[in-house]
Amino acid sequence: MKFLRDTWLVFQRQMLLLLRNPVWVVVGITQPLFYLLLFAPLMKKALGQGAELTDAQAYLIFVPGMLVMVALFTAFSGFGLIAELRAGVIERNRVTPVSRVALMLGRCLRDVVSLLFQAVLVTVLAVLFGMRVQLGNALLAYLLIALMALLLSSLGYALGLALKSEDALAPMLNTFIQPIMLLSGILLPMTLAPAWLQRVADFNPFSWAVKGVRELFAGNPGSPDVWKALVILVPLTVFTLVISSRAFAKSVR
Amino acid sequence: MIIETTGLRKSFSSRAGREKKTVEAVRGVDLKVAEGEIFGFLGPNGAGKTTTLRMLATLITPDGGDATIAGVNLRKQPGDVRKVIGYVAQGGSTWDDSTAREELVLHARMYGISKTEAHKRASAALEAFELAEYANRKCKTYSGGQRRRVDIALGIIHQPKVVFLDEPTTGLDPQSRAHMWEEVRKLREMGMTVFLTTHYLDEADALCDRLAIMDHGQIVAEGTPAELKQEVLGDVVQVALPQNVAAAAEVFDSAEYVKKLETTDESIRLYVEDGASVIPQVLRTLDANGIKLTSVELHRPSLDDVFLAKTGRSLRES
Ligand SMILES: Nc1ncnc2c1ncn2[C@@H]1O[C@H](COP(=O)(O)OP(=O)(O)O)[C@@H](O)[C@H]1O
Ligand SMILES: [Mg+2]
Repeated sequence: MKFLRDTWLVFQRQMLLLLRNPVWVVVGITQPLFYLLLFAPLMKKALGQGAELTDAQAYLIFVPGMLVMVALFTAFSGFGLIAELRAGVIERNRVTPVSRVALMLGRCLRDVVSLLFQAVLVTVLAVLFGMRVQLGNALLAYLLIALMALLLSSLGYALGLALKSEDALAPMLNTFIQPIMLLSGILLPMTLAPAWLQRVADFNPFSWAVKGVRELFAGNPGSPDVWKALVILVPLTVFTLVISSRAFAKSVR
Repeated sequence: MIIETTGLRKSFSSRAGREKKTVEAVRGVDLKVAEGEIFGFLGPNGAGKTTTLRMLATLITPDGGDATIAGVNLRKQPGDVRKVIGYVAQGGSTWDDSTAREELVLHARMYGISKTEAHKRASAALEAFELAEYANRKCKTYSGGQRRRVDIALGIIHQPKVVFLDEPTTGLDPQSRAHMWEEVRKLREMGMTVFLTTHYLDEADALCDRLAIMDHGQIVAEGTPAELKQEVLGDVVQVALPQNVAAAAEVFDSAEYVKKLETTDESIRLYVEDGASVIPQVLRTLDANGIKLTSVELHRPSLDDVFLAKTGRSLRES
């Protein structure tokens, strides 16, 4: 009960601040928009292998990748946290009896909400360009990317708490996010990759997530890729949530 | 006693390149703080004041030792300690884009206080700390003194029994400082025990009922400001010399009016009963031995002299 109340408190505060300064949501939306407008049209020929795909078909392959890409960016959550550490806000919270898990989870939920907002915007734009997706499938896809956001933002917070400086966090994230992104078939499906690269990608949970989301957008909610994505993401998310709440409970400078 | 600590210790290991260094920040602190007093920790930067406070505020776990705060054991019930203490960090604690009112309401609610009660308390605190006028402005628009008052208001919004203030006046202009002293005294009037740290001698002297002087992670002296000054042997005659400090020290060592003597690079400090009457004798002695002097000063004992007597260094210099 107390934990839920505390999470709500933290979440409310974070949402308030986010809405007061929504520039990051705007920045977050422009990049997928550019990809949607300037890159997706390329795929019509490239993916059609001879025969040109329609706009709608191209978007069905491309939009899921975009959604996962936006979700990957939630890993940058640590930067905001470092600013809060520096301002002394986190320390002030930690001298109160507030739940430590709530301090983390309230922030993660803010990240999930802002991600879902971006995801809906991307989907709506694609629908305006002619893509068609069933509501139920889209909602299930949102569940998958919400899990990803929870996983990555909590991981981002744990990293932020551990490293405590933007200078250390930035290269760390770039080193990890770059290969994860390339190896998840965000821009082009991994089925186009040579066999060895596909084997490597099999070890990337986000590659499974992209496959799952693509199947959902293609209208196959029963595909094994969907439940595989869930089975892989759920325990990983729980794991990072635990790690990150521990970091919040532990002494931080 | 509302706070009792025994043998509190904390060391930090840090890495500088390949070398691993261990800093013993706090090396066994025993102290007792009585209910309703303003207790001060006086010491130079790096003495271990903040580390001790952070241990007492449950922010870091001690390596050794223990403490009881308002009857609650620090190690066994840190969660309960949090309910009875307030803590105001050295570096501030407000978020640029939040308003003072928002910060106060949220902070109160983190103590489990209901929404309506939190709003009531926030309004009362804003009045009490003369912040009502700026209550709905973002914190980044506040002056240093205003922002510091928000920090203190946050620290006591849940009406704790003990409030820890880490360097409450550092970085404030003289007027804000005087204002802050008044605020701190008000906390005592409200029945709170105040435990503050400072590296200002005048602040420790004027504001604190009792103090502990801290250096290199240990308490070197403890008592009321008056008691501490009495411990120093009477007045100090400080003789500055262009050279021959060692020779002069030898001469004064045998003088019967000198109770104790200390030398620094360019001066000698003579601890004497009654400084004013001794100065002529000092001048005569120097003259008789052909030693030239730059200046003579008479000090009534100050807390700095206490610090100097206990550590061999001046707090002003360190
Ligand atoms: N988190 C930390 N990591 C490493 N060293 C620390 C840390 N915190 C404090 N120290 C060191 O411990 C010593 C005491 O610091 P502190 O308690 O902040 O002193 P004060 O508040 O009296 O200025 C200093 O040498 C400081 O550098
Ligand atoms: Mg300090």
